[in-house]
Amino acid sequence: MSNSVIDVAPHGRFGIEGQAVRPRRWGEQVIGVALFGCALVSILTTVGIVIVLVAEAAQFFREVSIWEFLTGTEWSPKLENKFGILPLLCGTLLVMAGAAVIALPIGLLSAIYLSEYASSSVREVVKPVLEVLAGIPSVVFGYLAIVTISPLVRTIFPSAGVFNAASASIVVGFMVLPMVVSLSEDILRAVPRSLREAAYALGATKLDVTVKVVVPAAISGIVAAFLLALSRAIGETMAVALAAGNRPTLTINPLDEVQTMTAYIVQVSQGDTPAGTLEYRTIFAVGLALFVTTMFLNVLAQWFVARVREKYE
Amino acid sequence: MMQETTIDRPIMPLRPTSFPRERPSRTADDLAGRPPKISVDHLNFYYGPKQALSDVTLMIPQHCVTALIGPSGCGKSTFLRCLNRMNDMIDNTRVEGEIILDGRSILGPKVDVVALRKRVGMVFQKSNPFPKSVFENVAYGPRVAGVRGKSVLYEIVEKSLVRAALWDEVKDRLNDSALQLSGGQQQRLCIARALATNPDVLLMDEPASALDPASTSRIEDLIFELRDRYTIVIVTHNMQQAARVSDQTAFFYQGELIEAGSTNELFTNPARKQTEDYITGRFG
Amino acid sequence: MSQTAFETTAYSRRRARMSQAFSVLCLAATSLGVLVLILLIWEILWQGLPWLNARLLTSFPSMYPEKAGIAAALVSSLWLITLTALFSVPIGVGAAVYLEEYAQASRWRSLVQLNIANLAGVPSIVYGILGLGLFVRALALQRSILAGSLTLTLVVLPIVILAAQESLRAVPNSIRQASFALGATRWQTVWHQVLPAATPGIMTGVILAISRAMGEAAPLVAMGAAATFITFIPLSPIDEFSALPVQIYDWASRPQPEYHHVAAAAIVVLLTVLILLNATAVYVRYRYGKRIRW
Repeated sequence: MSNSVIDVAPHGRFGIEGQAVRPRRWGEQVIGVALFGCALVSILTTVGIVIVLVAEAAQFFREVSIWEFLTGTEWSPKLENKFGILPLLCGTLLVMAGAAVIALPIGLLSAIYLSEYASSSVREVVKPVLEVLAGIPSVVFGYLAIVTISPLVRTIFPSAGVFNAASASIVVGFMVLPMVVSLSEDILRAVPRSLREAAYALGATKLDVTVKVVVPAAISGIVAAFLLALSRAIGETMAVALAAGNRPTLTINPLDEVQTMTAYIVQVSQGDTPAGTLEYRTIFAVGLALFVTTMFLNVLAQWFVARVREKYE
Repeated sequence: MMQETTIDRPIMPLRPTSFPRERPSRTADDLAGRPPKISVDHLNFYYGPKQALSDVTLMIPQHCVTALIGPSGCGKSTFLRCLNRMNDMIDNTRVEGEIILDGRSILGPKVDVVALRKRVGMVFQKSNPFPKSVFENVAYGPRVAGVRGKSVLYEIVEKSLVRAALWDEVKDRLNDSALQLSGGQQQRLCIARALATNPDVLLMDEPASALDPASTSRIEDLIFELRDRYTIVIVTHNMQQAARVSDQTAFFYQGELIEAGSTNELFTNPARKQTEDYITGRFG
Repeated sequence: MSQTAFETTAYSRRRARMSQAFSVLCLAATSLGVLVLILLIWEILWQGLPWLNARLLTSFPSMYPEKAGIAAALVSSLWLITLTALFSVPIGVGAAVYLEEYAQASRWRSLVQLNIANLAGVPSIVYGILGLGLFVRALALQRSILAGSLTLTLVVLPIVILAAQESLRAVPNSIRQASFALGATRWQTVWHQVLPAATPGIMTGVILAISRAMGEAAPLVAMGAAATFITFIPLSPIDEFSALPVQIYDWASRPQPEYHHVAAAAIVVLLTVLILLNATAVYVRYRYGKRIRW
């Protein structure tokens, strides 16, 4: 045994003998700390966002009362010193609602089709196509909104302006559609097969199984998908900035020109607003409002996702 | 009611020692005369609030094969994984008691588990070769231990494969992917891989349960051959297998060590009623 | 209801018809979505292809649409995605390895995980504001490629982390156990076994993240970094820059229809780059994903 090659490295080197104290393995520890640091970057990003937004917004709210900001019905920071965010919020929600009307029903029905009806070969084609479509940049949709959708809307509704909330809604709706389909389809397919079979065994039609068994079983996940889509629609920027226009309007008419929170930030950023001025700080105040709104929807969505997990794990 | 139905079951051929044993088992006296390689003292183990092992005390003699038997969930695998501290990988586990390897405790935070695992090799239930070449699989252990030099590694790889009775089958395909080997070959590769770190204890967690009878038989032959160099602890739910390969057998039930003794003795003349019931197939 | 009738009744026929109608409705919805999206892409090609030529690729922005080009924007974008990949891959994969291989199940890990999921949903323009406050002003990087890349890194980091985590989770635990049982340390196990096995999946995620960085305009506009009238090729990370999507935005927002054509041509270039990236991702998944069968 002593002459065997396998013993070239004797226990003295491998073994735990004589090593009552654990060796330090500095390299391992350094790597552990470095990896921890990488994870910390994500926490620091959130902290950074909050600090930057709150610090500058605090300066803003020293000059403009929060009450005025939240309840004022006019937004005209440059000309009239009016800082009511309601018109921007209204524009944002109007575009979001329009997008939801398009994306949610079409998205859910498509997800049902892919999960319950489509053959696996159809699914294998449609899923990657959806992935590619989800990857098309926002600015491309913005271009389409101006060049294609807006003229179309104006042909049907002559009263619409060149810039209108409807065109923005339509493109944003189709932008978030792939996301709604993907997320909902994953959720629907996660519903156990046994549940479907139980319903079929009781004489249910495919419609019954889908509407009364599968969708209700997946409802938390579907709601989460919808909330994420809404959050995405609210944060959508370039398409909306191009299509919806730049006039803050308190309206629910989708044919009007409106300005969203994101579009406002773009508008100010593009101009040469000097740092430190009140107008410059409006970016941060509006950004904070945007961050809080989307964060609320995201956290809500996470909560629904957690409910799905509880159910199936 | 239940009693009556179980009585109808045939009892005879299930007693494993009725099979002729080709390989002589070590006798009880031989076992008693050997120094303990590992001694486990009042071991308790918990997964969170659930106790998986309670008060297990067992001697594992050097250069013998110790089989751990018992029904599913009895704690035999948990016990095995305590011996090289693989349970450390699982969150929320706790261990009490003492495990001594060659006179030194292996529990406690000061023990270098990495060095421990080099001395206590392990083979898993399902063969788990790395998705790399045959050579790289076997060379991995020495490599991570700092062995450099192709020729040294080659010698270790050859030696390990020879000992695992695989060399003749793979010597021309050392650079092929290990995943191309058959199931039985993969498992012997995993044994060779474990041998390459030059351990003196080899833990085997149901090493043949996923294999066909022919491959199982090869693994059993191998275990018998390895006995003179290594101390082997094997978990099996196949009593015939325990009877065929082991020198000492320990029967676990519901987290407790019910009985341990020389294999001949335990299978022919169990001291406890539960052991008798289990090895005669009344439950489990 | 009659007890043994297997024959169809008016009621069962109606139910079958409704079920049929519903399936048609679902199919129609899917087709509508896919069709509209394909039509939109068709529209872009139709508008942009005639304007796509060598001059577009080699010229700088101009007052005259027929002379305008994307040379600066394209080079800037390539700079941006290169640096973004350089920053986001090590940090993102490192964070994923930490969460999957190092951190114990704890409140801290759940917090980091929840935080990453939320960051993935933060609008990209908010990252632009962070970039403005942090990189452009606080760190005084000005409107440089470096500031832009760092901002984009933060935008895509959640994508990289989540994709890498998923790939790491797909590596069977038996591989880790085998490695640990041979006396490998945690990092040796990760570096020699887990990461190589997870690489195809991680690569796919990284390419998706780079595609996202390539198409993002909002954060760059918000940080005020992307000037649209850059008439030189940026040569170092501290140069000012434009970006392809920002350039497209600028042209699309102008009233003259000629600029819309230039924008469409630039979009064709952008989409081509994105499709190339995606094709690479598919190739990586196919080529390297197949070799490992567990």
